[in-house]
Amino acid sequence: MKFEYDIEGGNFSRAGFASSEVKKKLRQLNVDIQIVRRIVVALYEAEVNVVAHAWYGKMTVDIDEEKILLILDDEGPGIEDIDLAMKEGFSTASPEVREMGFGAGMGLPNIKKNVDTLKITSEPGKGTRVEMITYMKGGKNEKS
Amino acid sequence: MDQNNYKMKVSELVEKLGLKVHSGESNLDKEVWGGYVSDLLSDVMGNAGEGMVWITLQTHKNIMAIASLKELAAVILVRDLLPDDDTAASSEAEGIPVLGTSLRTFDIAGKLYEILKNNNLPQGS
Ligand SMILES: Nc1ncnc2c1ncn2[C@@H]1O[C@H](COP(=O)(O)OP(=O)(O)OP(=O)(O)O)[C@@H](O)[C@H]1O
Ligand SMILES: [Mg+2]
Repeated sequence: MKFEYDIEGGNFSRAGFASSEVKKKLRQLNVDIQIVRRIVVALYEAEVNVVAHAWYGKMTVDIDEEKILLILDDEGPGIEDIDLAMKEGFSTASPEVREMGFGAGMGLPNIKKNVDTLKITSEPGKGTRVEMITYMKGGKNEKS
Repeated sequence: MDQNNYKMKVSELVEKLGLKVHSGESNLDKEVWGGYVSDLLSDVMGNAGEGMVWITLQTHKNIMAIASLKELAAVILVRDLLPDDDTAASSEAEGIPVLGTSLRTFDIAGKLYEILKNNNLPQGS
């Protein structure tokens, strides 16, 4: 089962909308509540990153019995140094975005903590792709 | 604070802490067992837990997206700050109250902690 949502760069009043739609879908599909709660953290952070740092993006959620695959693909400035971006506290957020309370540099670390696998690929000047997988069984969710 | 503790209804908090109810008045029956204090949204996203009250000075609509995704029981705005109009609308739609106090963050957090803690003392102590 596959769902797709558009994400508009710069539009903070819609930030979180796609994540909340996915949350409703996952609840309807009876996905374990603990899994849903973790996925939602990762998804929201990835969605807000498109809003805060990119121009346009697409969220794709692909669910089967074994796992949930989440992909955020955006057109934007991309990330020059992904290892650096992953560091807690690193942020290039604008002063306006920081004033809203974003820009702590905690989003990517939050994603990493809340999914089983995270893969980020990026082409500076073009865009970024964030791929996350959470397993229904045997993932981080069961270890914690 | 521990999730297994006795929980207090948001309405009891409103009464005991003298909070204003800015929005979401019909949703004060949610239960609270703890709180989180932060103005950094990713910090709340990563570290708050369902059934907590969130104390903040952020008033824009994104706080409701977070409160809803994290299943928080209520948001408390400090220093008489008012929610933006779309924040209040979203609070009604999501069924998560936005409350307010004239106190500063440190003081309201201290009071909240105290009443939740006292609530959990064994009977008679
Ligand atoms: N989709 C993206 N496009 C371009 N740059 C990005 C993207 N996602 C993240 N980045 C870069 O990585 C940095 C770190 O991201 P992270 O989500 O950890 O923190 P933040 O978004 O700056 O702040 P926070 O998430 O705490 O509000 C960002 O500041 C930005 O430079
Ligand atoms: Mg971020």
